[in-house]
Amino acid sequence: MHLLVVEDDIQAAQYLVKGLSENGHTVDHEADGKSGLFMALENSYDVIIMDRMLPNLDGLSAIKTIRASGNTTPVMILSALGEVDDRVHGLRAGGDDYLVKPFAFAELLARLDVLSRRQGDIKQPETALKVADLEMDLLSHSVKRAGQNIDLQPREFRLLEYLMRNQGQIITRTMLLENVWNFHFDPQTNVIDVHISRLRNKIDKNFDKPLLQTVRGVGYTMKADD
Amino acid sequence: MKPLTPFLRSSTIRLSLIYMLLFGMSVMILMAFIYWSTAAYMTKQMDYQIEADIKALVEHYELRGLGGLTNLLRKRLSSKPVGTSLYLLTTDQFIPLLGNLDQWPLEKKDENGWVNFRLENINENNEIHHARARSFYLPGNLFLLVGKDIHDLQKTKKLIIHTLIWGLLITIVLAAAGGIMMSKSMLRRIESINSTSVEIMSGDLAKRIPTRNSNDDFDVLASNLNTMLDRIQELMEGVRRVSDNIAHDLRTPLSRLKSHLDHLNNKRIEEEAKDVLEKAIVEADGLLNTFNALLHIARIENSNLQENFTALSLNEVLMDVVELYEPLSEVKQQTLTLNIETPATIWGYRDLLVQAFANLLDNAIKYTPEQGSITIELVLKKQRVILSFADSGAGIPSEARKKVFQRFFRLEESRNTAGNGLGLSLVFAVAKLHRFDIQLLDNDPGLRVECCLPLYQEAIS
Repeated sequence: MHLLVVEDDIQAAQYLVKGLSENGHTVDHEADGKSGLFMALENSYDVIIMDRMLPNLDGLSAIKTIRASGNTTPVMILSALGEVDDRVHGLRAGGDDYLVKPFAFAELLARLDVLSRRQGDIKQPETALKVADLEMDLLSHSVKRAGQNIDLQPREFRLLEYLMRNQGQIITRTMLLENVWNFHFDPQTNVIDVHISRLRNKIDKNFDKPLLQTVRGVGYTMKADD
Repeated sequence: MKPLTPFLRSSTIRLSLIYMLLFGMSVMILMAFIYWSTAAYMTKQMDYQIEADIKALVEHYELRGLGGLTNLLRKRLSSKPVGTSLYLLTTDQFIPLLGNLDQWPLEKKDENGWVNFRLENINENNEIHHARARSFYLPGNLFLLVGKDIHDLQKTKKLIIHTLIWGLLITIVLAAAGGIMMSKSMLRRIESINSTSVEIMSGDLAKRIPTRNSNDDFDVLASNLNTMLDRIQELMEGVRRVSDNIAHDLRTPLSRLKSHLDHLNNKRIEEEAKDVLEKAIVEADGLLNTFNALLHIARIENSNLQENFTALSLNEVLMDVVELYEPLSEVKQQTLTLNIETPATIWGYRDLLVQAFANLLDNAIKYTPEQGSITIELVLKKQRVILSFADSGAGIPSEARKKVFQRFFRLEESRNTAGNGLGLSLVFAVAKLHRFDIQLLDNDPGLRVECCLPLYQEAIS
């Protein structure tokens, strides 16, 4: 991916640039809001990573200007403030995702992945999702594996839907909490794992190939085994 | 805390009674003194008059003999009005010779020769009159009795007694009213100090005792207490600020440490080193979580988050939270019940409420044994929503209940379970932000956390 990192803290920026490059991304870096905005408007990026507190022009104003120009590049807001109200303000300004410092690098990578795909996804609304022999009909709200009907609770359905929509990508626990439950806090318990294991019991247990896989230390991914 | 009202009432009555008794008694003593001095003076005055009269008569007798005395007595008796004077001249056999008394009084004399007796010749009003007289012997075998009708004196004395009794009654009534008023106003001020301290004890440290600017003892006491509270609050805020600052300052290097560890973890390293590294990462994560939680609470307490309030369906929030945690309780085979009596809309900050409720439910699941039960109940009572989280776990001993809202406080028994001792502090901060009353009660067995919150309409009005 081609990424733009706008971050004024040198240490944090170095860490980001280094880590992202090591994971195979091309990274441009700007240290203040104005030049960040300029770069964002001049070039085409897959995702822009924007710090909130920036010299010259703050992150939220930069995002507003980017959006006002008709640019729809996904923006990931980074913030040290780490408060829910900041998240609301950030998303209202036009950001697509919000991550609080300090974060696990794997979390950032997973979210960037999902963000960049989302951009390409804006096609027609899907009516069905499919991962290997697992099929989801979004109109009739039914799920089948190998032709066999699987009965899911509404929340399980939404959980599975989110995983299937982002198939092949790593989804972290926080992403599930935010997107499936609309909860924005770290519950500090294994509550998500319990939900996942319940879902597994329904979709994977009686079948040969498990589709819902655990990514150690990061989260989960839904994919047809190669 | 002790209930205030009965105590207050009884001490109002007690104080005013004491006040009334003291005041009434001193007035009574004063009045008795007034009575005795006036009555005694009047009697003595009369005795003087009688004695002077006797002296004059005796002198007259000595100078002019019996004829002179009888002449003088006649003159006096015939003078109009006769007045209150009584005379009787008798033989040594007490046979009346002259005077306005029919017979010599039969009552006994006292040692000074005075005699008090009833008058038989009743006047026109048919009243019984009393008299006081002194008799003496005249050389020549005669007895002379000189006295006065004391009816008027007695009437005056009676009048004085009546006046004094009425005065006393009025004084007692006034004293009672004054006593009640005084002790009420005094106790009202004590009560205001008391109720403020109750509010402060229940957590509202910003409360102050109202003063009247009158500079009396109560005002001085109130302002001294207020100064003390200011100081306590300053100290507490200082402690909190220090811990928040530490959390803030340590977070940055700690997150760098964590990044380095993460970075190292992505490299190819030996399996054994990886294990140690992962343990280090878990520890660093734990520390970061604690610092974040601490800062999060500080933020809730110190920022103006009300601008993020919206109208919320409390039932939906609760159902979402229950839905998230239900599998956890299922793993422990607990019965998790959500009872919603009526839907309730409240005014609040969803993200924070969700987190607070999640903490409460998470605690309930954590501290309730397998196969226990947890009940969340939503009841409407007098325009207030009563939301309770009740479990059948070990509960919290009553002496520790106040402390569990403090940061880092953990019960001895739960030191080994996961957690940082900040969960309930967050709940408390969120409750305070939303102006909820939150109480920890006994569920017999278990803990019952009860939140009392205003409905949306009440909260915004």
